[in-house]
Amino acid sequence: MTQPARKRFDAYAMTWRLPIIIWQLLFFVGPLLFMVAMSFFVVKNYRMVEAFEFTNWVKMLGRGYFWDSYFLTLWLATLATVCAMVIAFPAAYALAFKVPDSVRRWAIFLLIIPFFTSYLVRIFSWYVILAETGVVNSILSYVGLGPYTMLNTKFGTIIGYLTLTLPLVVILQTFAMANIDTRLVEAAHNLGCKPFATVYRVVIPLAKTGLIIAALFCFILSFGDFVSPYYLGGSKPPTLPILIIDTTKSGQQWPRAAVVAIMMMITLFAVAFAAISAAYAKRGKS
Amino acid sequence: MQQRVLTWFLRAYIGVIFLFVFTPIAFSVVFSFNSQRFPTIPLGEFSTQWYDTILADHDVWQAALTSIVVAVSASAIATLLGFCTAYSDYRYSFRFKGAYLALILLPPTIPLIIMALAMLAWFSKIGASGQVWSIIIAHSVLTAPFAMAIIRLRLNQMDENLEAAAWNLGASEWSAMRHVVVPFCKPAIVSAACLCAAVSFDEFAIAWFVSGLNKTVPVFILEIVTGNIDPRVNAIGTFVFMTSMALVVAAQIFFSTKQLRKPAGEAG
Repeated sequence: MTQPARKRFDAYAMTWRLPIIIWQLLFFVGPLLFMVAMSFFVVKNYRMVEAFEFTNWVKMLGRGYFWDSYFLTLWLATLATVCAMVIAFPAAYALAFKVPDSVRRWAIFLLIIPFFTSYLVRIFSWYVILAETGVVNSILSYVGLGPYTMLNTKFGTIIGYLTLTLPLVVILQTFAMANIDTRLVEAAHNLGCKPFATVYRVVIPLAKTGLIIAALFCFILSFGDFVSPYYLGGSKPPTLPILIIDTTKSGQQWPRAAVVAIMMMITLFAVAFAAISAAYAKRGKS
Repeated sequence: MQQRVLTWFLRAYIGVIFLFVFTPIAFSVVFSFNSQRFPTIPLGEFSTQWYDTILADHDVWQAALTSIVVAVSASAIATLLGFCTAYSDYRYSFRFKGAYLALILLPPTIPLIIMALAMLAWFSKIGASGQVWSIIIAHSVLTAPFAMAIIRLRLNQMDENLEAAAWNLGASEWSAMRHVVVPFCKPAIVSAACLCAAVSFDEFAIAWFVSGLNKTVPVFILEIVTGNIDPRVNAIGTFVFMTSMALVVAAQIFFSTKQLRKPAGEAG
């Protein structure tokens, strides 16, 4: 194959390579770095003044309400991840092993659809469905149950998070398991391994990397979402994303919002690092 | 026997998952035609009053116009950037390529609310906050990775010798690009543009922070929802859903045409 001779400066190659570098430095790396710098600015008379002071960090991290929000967000995102992983697993298992290829393709296509429908509208729909006088409670009242309070509870928040994450988790889990060599599963079965033991000792270890990636995505999405905890969870106390909004929109305290955002980023980096190390770690002896 | 019961149980379980995923979407459409202000069971009468209300509302049209301008422009920029990057990745290997790919692929992994704050601060720093084109730029950063991924998948199917053959026959790199690579990628390019537009059309966090007075449709919805229960949301949501669906189905159709035709026959 003949590549045209390499020149010292290859205008053709650079035409394709440079645009994204320039664009992302200007509008992706730039904003994030500026946000880090901004966390050291000060606000005087409702105006942001460029400075290098630790006031915002001390103010935010020294307050109880920040840490209340922090641990609440961490807890809710973890809970949502566990729920999504457990709820999705049987469905993904069935899609990977128990249905024909064509059904699996259709199922995945259908599960992609929610990504392109308005998340806000879906949450608003849940709000009406789960309300005290909503659809669920009026159906339950026919059998003499309820009414149950589902809005402004952690249950509501988790329903919202699952609306956002469950389709993705099912898809990623299905991919993780569809790649497993089914002969290994059959071999375990033929050697007398019970179905549940096969899942636990053969399928899950083989699909480990993909499963952990699915959990990681679920955690990141739940951790950063403000719609569900606000509209379905009642936002008392606020989660970190709501704290960012409140701090930004009222009182122009952008630098303090930046502190919250950076704390979120640090947490996500730590979680992602731990997850990816675990995903690619060699299996220990068992 | 036990095996068959388990299989049927699992299939029913998939049904339950789909029920959960599609319940809010289905109810939103049903509620939009329901006369009650606060929908419940049993449903009220069939009514198109919410549609009449929104169609008569100037603000809704304004928001729709802004959304369309943003979605079309952002998807054009994102698709162009995605194509450049996918082609660079396909054809060249160079130093720091990992960092290069990370640069384009990372944005969707960062929570939107953080991107929103960072964009807001940055745009007001460079004196561009509250403009329609600040939403366009932000959405192009967000959606470029999707375009890159789709076009890169298509390039994977291109025979490496195809471009080389064009050079050997005397075509310059530029004309080989124009007559070989671009036509080959065309279905993926259209598909990528549709998906980017669909993502942009539904994004509300960044748009809310940087839009100022130029509301897009999702921002408009966000502001109504914050007020109170307002069934207009369902009517607007149904429109938004139809638009997004049309874009996603179009993307799917364009992207799967590649499987029907032989790659070699297409490039001529």
